[in-house]
Amino acid sequence: MHPHPNQYIKDGQVVENNWQLVAAATETLPAGNILVPAAYWQANQQQLADHLGEVGVWIDSHEEIEAFSSAIAAAPVIAINFPKFVDGRGFSIARLLRERFGYIGEIRAVGHFIRDQLFMMQRCGFNAFQFDSEIDLAAASQSLADFSDSYQVAVDQPEPLFRRHR
Amino acid sequence: MYIYDQYDQKLVDERVKQYREQTQRYLDGQISDEEFLPLRLQNGLYVQRLAPMLRIAVPYGLMSSRQVRKIADISRTYDKGYVHFTTRQNIQLNWPVLEEVPDILAELASVEMHAIQTSGNCIRNTTTDQFAGVASDEIEDPRPWCEIIRQWSTLHPEFAFLPRKFKIAVCGSEEDRAAFLLHDIGLQLVKNANGETGFHVYVGGGLGRTPVIASSIREFLPKEHLLTYLDAILRVYNRYGNRDNKYKARIKILVRAWTPEVFAQRVEAEWEHLKNGPATLTSREMERVKSFFTAPDYQVVDGAAIEAALQSQVSEHKAFSRWLDRNVRAQKQTGYASVTLSLKPAGVAPGDVTDRQLDIIADLADRFSFGEIRTTHNQNIVLADVLKSELFELWQQAKSAGLATPNVGTINDMICCPGGDYCSLANAKSIPVAEAIQRKFDDLDYVYDLGDLELNISGCMNACGHHHIGHIGILGVDKKGEEWYQIQLGGSANKNAALGKVLGRSLSRDAVVDGIEKLLDVYVENRLDQESFLTTYQRIGIEKFKERVYAPAS
Repeated sequence: MHPHPNQYIKDGQVVENNWQLVAAATETLPAGNILVPAAYWQANQQQLADHLGEVGVWIDSHEEIEAFSSAIAAAPVIAINFPKFVDGRGFSIARLLRERFGYIGEIRAVGHFIRDQLFMMQRCGFNAFQFDSEIDLAAASQSLADFSDSYQVAVDQPEPLFRRHR
Repeated sequence: MYIYDQYDQKLVDERVKQYREQTQRYLDGQISDEEFLPLRLQNGLYVQRLAPMLRIAVPYGLMSSRQVRKIADISRTYDKGYVHFTTRQNIQLNWPVLEEVPDILAELASVEMHAIQTSGNCIRNTTTDQFAGVASDEIEDPRPWCEIIRQWSTLHPEFAFLPRKFKIAVCGSEEDRAAFLLHDIGLQLVKNANGETGFHVYVGGGLGRTPVIASSIREFLPKEHLLTYLDAILRVYNRYGNRDNKYKARIKILVRAWTPEVFAQRVEAEWEHLKNGPATLTSREMERVKSFFTAPDYQVVDGAAIEAALQSQVSEHKAFSRWLDRNVRAQKQTGYASVTLSLKPAGVAPGDVTDRQLDIIADLADRFSFGEIRTTHNQNIVLADVLKSELFELWQQAKSAGLATPNVGTINDMICCPGGDYCSLANAKSIPVAEAIQRKFDDLDYVYDLGDLELNISGCMNACGHHHIGHIGILGVDKKGEEWYQIQLGGSANKNAALGKVLGRSLSRDAVVDGIEKLLDVYVENRLDQESFLTTYQRIGIEKFKERVYAPAS
């Protein structure tokens, strides 16, 4: 994981990244806005309440979102880690966060994913994309518009095509 | 058949544009091989031993004559003038050029075709019975349901990066002709006590290294809930399927590890959240899709007169009579029949046809079968809805094109993967074995006397040639760099699906045909009345076959 690139894509725009991802439980948290592991968030509410700066969480693809759903509902950012770009579990986690747990904050993809996945990730509820390598973010964001419509129900389109047009 | 509307068409057009840009970025060095892999696979492109291979989707095996002509044209323009029909009713080009694949996909899109999700760890083409809509034992036509599943699965945003590939089959009849119990999801159309349509849902079937027959997880799923229930199954699999070891990643391993009961509970629990949601099918949508699969404009005919005329042709032409016996099947509409064009003449790789033959198949379809062509999981072509009074003429034309070999359902109608001649996974060649068997058993009287016999050949344990479910299965194995062949007996893909048992130590290529002949001898000596090979085997067991094949030479 490339923990703190300078920029990322949010809501289709290239923006400054002022969040730092804390990879594992640590004695001293870095200053500023941080993303901490979900289990750490759950176990250290008091310490985090005193943190100067905003605190979000990140969860790994193998983790059960159900275990954290109530605890992390208040987080301004929930990042979902892709250990490998072909690990599709993050797609389900994002949909569950939006559709089942009603999360409305930022869902950010972190870890290893590729721009060619952006259209589908966005459909599943991701609205932010923090790449783990230096790429042309403006060019990558074009992949968000690969298709103009879709058959299925998803976060971006709660009605299937057959209920809208047929 | 289903006709695209503006939404379907736009989606395939945008897919071509997307893949064209991806290919360009790959060629420019902006996408690594590793990252390009799933992108090309989900557009049908494999890299094989000698060249790339492009797998084109034939949704549930149904094509129009216009589409078949386009395939012929593509094979001439972009390939070597022949194509291969697969066991999942799709079409493969063996020699496309990576740089030209976007152009091929654009050609396909111009006739409402694509190669989307024909490979990769995603939901693949949904398959079904080649006699859908005309079979007399049909409960309901499965094709509208296959089309509904096709649209739901196409670019499904959540399930494009599954632990492993995922195959769905729908069976709409009493007899199973789709091998649906050997799919990740097998859906059987059923009626409940009130006469309402639903699905008996099976999961976790499959061949490959660990062959498994699917387990029932729900006996009656009301039809309108089809997509939400599929979403629930796929979500459970996507989240909990094994991603560490590709050989343990299919859903069958998860179902086995959890037990089918627990798996069913997990799916039901997930479904509780999705049930009655917006993806629930509307009557309007179900009727809309069904409206594309209506009966063609059948003529009212004098059945008795047609039968009499046919009998007279039969008595005059023995070869026609044989073809009628093996390659022609009754259908529920009076005066009509379904014809199987055999793609298994001796000397040709099973399932291969030339561009010229494709054009002829399209012409035959226009002339005899309302312009529709069906592909089969046995790697043949079916023309349904042929007037019985035109069978003789169809036979003559098919025969002159090499498409009327009267061997359907016989030992020579084998399922065979491309094997070591093409495939980089294969341990052994399979096509030369198929050819040697066809050359050995070329006496038609003997072949007919053997009757229904399914012989399936795979060049490796990935089992693309379905060797586990052949009455006789042949599996290519590698022994210290040499090609050997393991024989299995007793497999079956029908409703009483069974997996074959290994006969004994594997045989060298030279010994395979001899071994098969001994198996057939044991069958002929032991059969009772009209008993098939499979029934005889089930009655007498494997020992007698084993003794004969491995008996020391006298």
